[in-house]
Amino acid sequence: MKKAGIIMIIGSLLLLGLFKFPLWNIMLGAPQYPDPLGMDIYIQGIEGVEEFDIQNIDGLNHYIGMKTIPKVEDMWEFQVFPMVIGIMVALGVIIGLLGFFGKVSYKWFLGWFILMSILGVMGMYDFNLWLIEYGTDLDPKAIMKLENLDGTPMTYKPPLIGYQKMLNFDVDSWPATGAYMIFVGMLLTVVAFFVGKKESQKVS
Amino acid sequence: MKKSINILFSLVIAAGLVGCNNGNDRKSSKAQGGLASNAAERVYVAPGELDEYYAFMSGGFSGQLSVYGLPSGRMLKVLPVFSQNPENGYGYTEETKPMLNTSYGFVPWDDSHHPDISQTNGELDGRWIFINGNNTPRIARIGLQNFKTEEIIEIPNSAGNHSSSFITENTEYVVAGTRFSVPIPQKDMPINEYKGNFKGSLTFISVDQETGRMGIKFQLIMPGFNYDLSHPGRDKSHGWFFFTTYNTEEAHSLLEVNASQNDKDFIAAINWKKIEEYVNNGGGKMVPANYAHNIMDEHTHIATSTMLKEVLTVNPMDVPGAVYFLPTPKSPHGCDVDPTGEYIIGNGKLSADLTVHSFTKMLDAIENKKFDGEAYGIPILNFEDILAGVVKQPGLGPLHTEFDEKGNAYTTFFISSEVVKWKVGTWEVLDRQPVFYSVGHGMIPGGNSRKPFGKYFVALNKITKDRYLPTGPELTQSAQLFDITGDKMELLLDFPTIGEPHYAAAIPADLIAKNSRKIYKLAENKHPYASLSPADAKVVRDGKNVHIYMNMIRSHFNPDNIEGVKVGDKVYFHITNLEQDFDVPHGFAVIGANNAEMLIMPGATETLVWEPKQVGVWPFYCTDFCSALHQEMQGYVRVSPADSNIELSWSLGED
Repeated sequence: MKKAGIIMIIGSLLLLGLFKFPLWNIMLGAPQYPDPLGMDIYIQGIEGVEEFDIQNIDGLNHYIGMKTIPKVEDMWEFQVFPMVIGIMVALGVIIGLLGFFGKVSYKWFLGWFILMSILGVMGMYDFNLWLIEYGTDLDPKAIMKLENLDGTPMTYKPPLIGYQKMLNFDVDSWPATGAYMIFVGMLLTVVAFFVGKKESQKVS
Repeated sequence: MKKSINILFSLVIAAGLVGCNNGNDRKSSKAQGGLASNAAERVYVAPGELDEYYAFMSGGFSGQLSVYGLPSGRMLKVLPVFSQNPENGYGYTEETKPMLNTSYGFVPWDDSHHPDISQTNGELDGRWIFINGNNTPRIARIGLQNFKTEEIIEIPNSAGNHSSSFITENTEYVVAGTRFSVPIPQKDMPINEYKGNFKGSLTFISVDQETGRMGIKFQLIMPGFNYDLSHPGRDKSHGWFFFTTYNTEEAHSLLEVNASQNDKDFIAAINWKKIEEYVNNGGGKMVPANYAHNIMDEHTHIATSTMLKEVLTVNPMDVPGAVYFLPTPKSPHGCDVDPTGEYIIGNGKLSADLTVHSFTKMLDAIENKKFDGEAYGIPILNFEDILAGVVKQPGLGPLHTEFDEKGNAYTTFFISSEVVKWKVGTWEVLDRQPVFYSVGHGMIPGGNSRKPFGKYFVALNKITKDRYLPTGPELTQSAQLFDITGDKMELLLDFPTIGEPHYAAAIPADLIAKNSRKIYKLAENKHPYASLSPADAKVVRDGKNVHIYMNMIRSHFNPDNIEGVKVGDKVYFHITNLEQDFDVPHGFAVIGANNAEMLIMPGATETLVWEPKQVGVWPFYCTDFCSALHQEMQGYVRVSPADSNIELSWSLGED
C-alpha cells in the first residue's frame, strides 16, 4: 500500500496551502469602482485584496449600517480554524505513513475524508451564518434604510457562492486558491482510498 | 429638379473659386482637414478609452502647465506651477505659499514657456518635467508621479529667463539662459552705457538623480547679447549646449530696428563638460547673490523656502576652448539639434533660409582654428567652414524645428503661417502645410530627444481669429494636430489651449500612467498639524492664533462645530483627509475666506488661514462632491466678540 500512502500524505499536505492562500474571495464592483474592492478570507483572518480595501468597504458599509469587517480578535473562528486544519493535516500524514508501512487499512483514508467533509460542511455553515449576521444585523441609525418592494427592510447578505447584484454593487463570491487546494487534496485522499483498496486486493 | 439645379450651380461656383483664385488654396485645404480623410476616426478616443500620449503644454501667461491627451486633444488637467490656483489652494495654503517665494518677495504669477521632460541616455524617461518662469527667473520641477510642482529654484543674475528650461541627455543639468542682459551684479547705472557693461548669464543647474533636487552648479557670464533659445547636444554632441543669440549689436533701445542690423548673429556653443571639469577642480568665482530655493516635502506636505546667498560664476575667458560663436544669419530664434547630434539648426527668424551647422565641422574648425575674429575674446568660427547646408526658401520667419525618427525635420514659420517638412542631410523641402494662424513652437513627442515618436506633430499657434466660436476680443489660443506618419502631413484636429502655450513636450502614456499616484498613505503623513485619526481632532489656542486639528472622511468634518473663536483671531484650519480611496478628495470652504478654498487629497493635510471679522455663527462645507451625503458635509464656527470669555470647545455628533 506504498503508493496509496504517498497519495494520502500528499493529499493531506495540500491543506497546508490554507495557511498561505485565501480560502474565499469576495469582490465588490460598482460604477464608481472600476477597480473593484475585494476581500480575501483566510482561515486566520480577512484581508483586503488591495492595501486599503477593508477600510474602504467599511467606509461604504457604514451608509447602510453594516458592522465593520471583523478583525482577527473579533471571531473565534480565526483561532480555531487553523488548529483544526493543523490537526487534520497531522492526522492525514500519520494515517498515510501508517498506511505506507501497512499498519492501518485503506479504510482509514476514507475515514479521514469523511471527517474532513463533515468539518468542511460545518465550516461552510458557520461562514454562511456569519454572512447572514453581517448582512442583516444593521445599525438602526443607519444613514440609508432601504426597503424591498414588499416593504420589508433590505438586507445585504453577500452570496455564499456566486454572483449577486446588491444596490449599485456587483458582488462576486467565489472559492479562492486555498479552497481549490483543499478540494484537490481531499480528492487525492479518495484516490488514495481506491488505490489502497486495489493494492491490498493484489496482496490478498 | 430645382434642387439638382442648385447643386449644379454651387458646383460651378466652387470650381470657379478653386480654378481661378490661387488665394483660395488655403481656404480649401482648411476645409479639407476632416473631409478628405478619416481624420475624425484617427483622433477619436472612444468613451472609456485612453489617449496614447500625454502632452504637457506650457501655460504661457497663465504661469501654469497644462496636460492634454493626444490624439484626442482633451485637456486632462492644469497643473499649478508659478501662479496661485484658487481651485485647489496652491499658493494660498500655508503649505504651498513658500513655493512662490522669491528674492522679490511673494510672486504669485509668471509667464511659463518651455517644458522639457527628463531623459536617460537621450530618451524620455518620464520622471520629471521642468518648466521655466520667464518673468521672475525661475525653474520648476514637477514630479510625474504626483503631477505636482515639487521644487522651484530662482535664477540670480538673470532677467527674462527665456532660453530655458532645457535638459542634457541624462538630466545632468537643467539649463536656464537669460534673454535680457543686465548689470551683473545689479547696480544703478545709465541704460545707455549698456554696451560692454551689461552681461548675459547662462545657468547650469545640476539635478540629483535620486531626488530630482536642483542646485546651481555654475553661471557662465557671457557678453551682453540676448540669449533667445537653447538645446543640448545629444549623442555625439553630448557635452555641448547651444544657445541662439540676437542683439549682438548690443542695442539698448528700439531693438526691433537696432538689433536687426547685423547680417549674422551667433549661436553660442558651450562645452559644458569642460566647464564642469574646471569647476570641479575649484575653478570659478563665488559671488554674493540672493535667490530662493523652494522645496515641497512629500511626507510633511509642506514647502520650505530657503534664501541662498552666493553663486559660482565662470568667466568664459578663464576656460579656454569652452565657448565658441557660430555665425548664424538674421537673429536666430529656435536652436534645435537633430537626434543624431550632428546638426544644429539656427532658425533665423528674419531670414528666408534655414541655416544648418555641422557639429563635426565645428569640431574641425575649432581644432584648425578656422576663426573669423572674436567677440569679447570668444572665437567666432568661420561661417563657411561649419555650414552643413541651407534649406533654401522654405518659408518666411522660421522659429522652431522638431524631428521624427526617419530623418525628417519639421520647421514652423511664423510669418508665412505654415509647417514645412524637410529632409535632414539633403535639405530638400518635402511638404508644407498651412496652420491657422502664425505658429510658434511645434512639438513631436520626443521630438527634441534621441528617440522621437514621429506619429503626431502639434502646432502651437499664436493667433486664433476665426478658428472657434468668437468669445469677444479675448480669444483662446489654438493648437493643431497633424498626422506625420505619411509622406504628407495631414491636419487632423484643432483644439484650444490655456494661456499662450509656447513649447510643449509629449511622452507615450504608458511611461507615466502606471506610476501615477492614487493616494498619499496616511501612515507616511508627517505633517506637524495632521490629525491622523478621529481621536486626534482638537482645537488649541495660542494667543490670537487658533489651531484647528480637523479631519474629514465621507461624509463629515471632525470636529464639525467649534465655539470659542473670537473676532481678531487668526484661525488655522489644519485639515487631514482620512480617506485612503482613489479619487476621493474633499474640499474645504469657509464663508468670507480672503484667500481661497482647498482641495485635500486622500492622506494629505492642508492648512487655510481664516480671519473672522464679524460676530456670528459661520458655516464651512466640503466643495468637492464626495459622496451621496456631500451636502451634509458641513460645520459651523461660532465667532464671539473679541472681549468674550467663551472657552474653546468642539464637537461632532453631540446633541
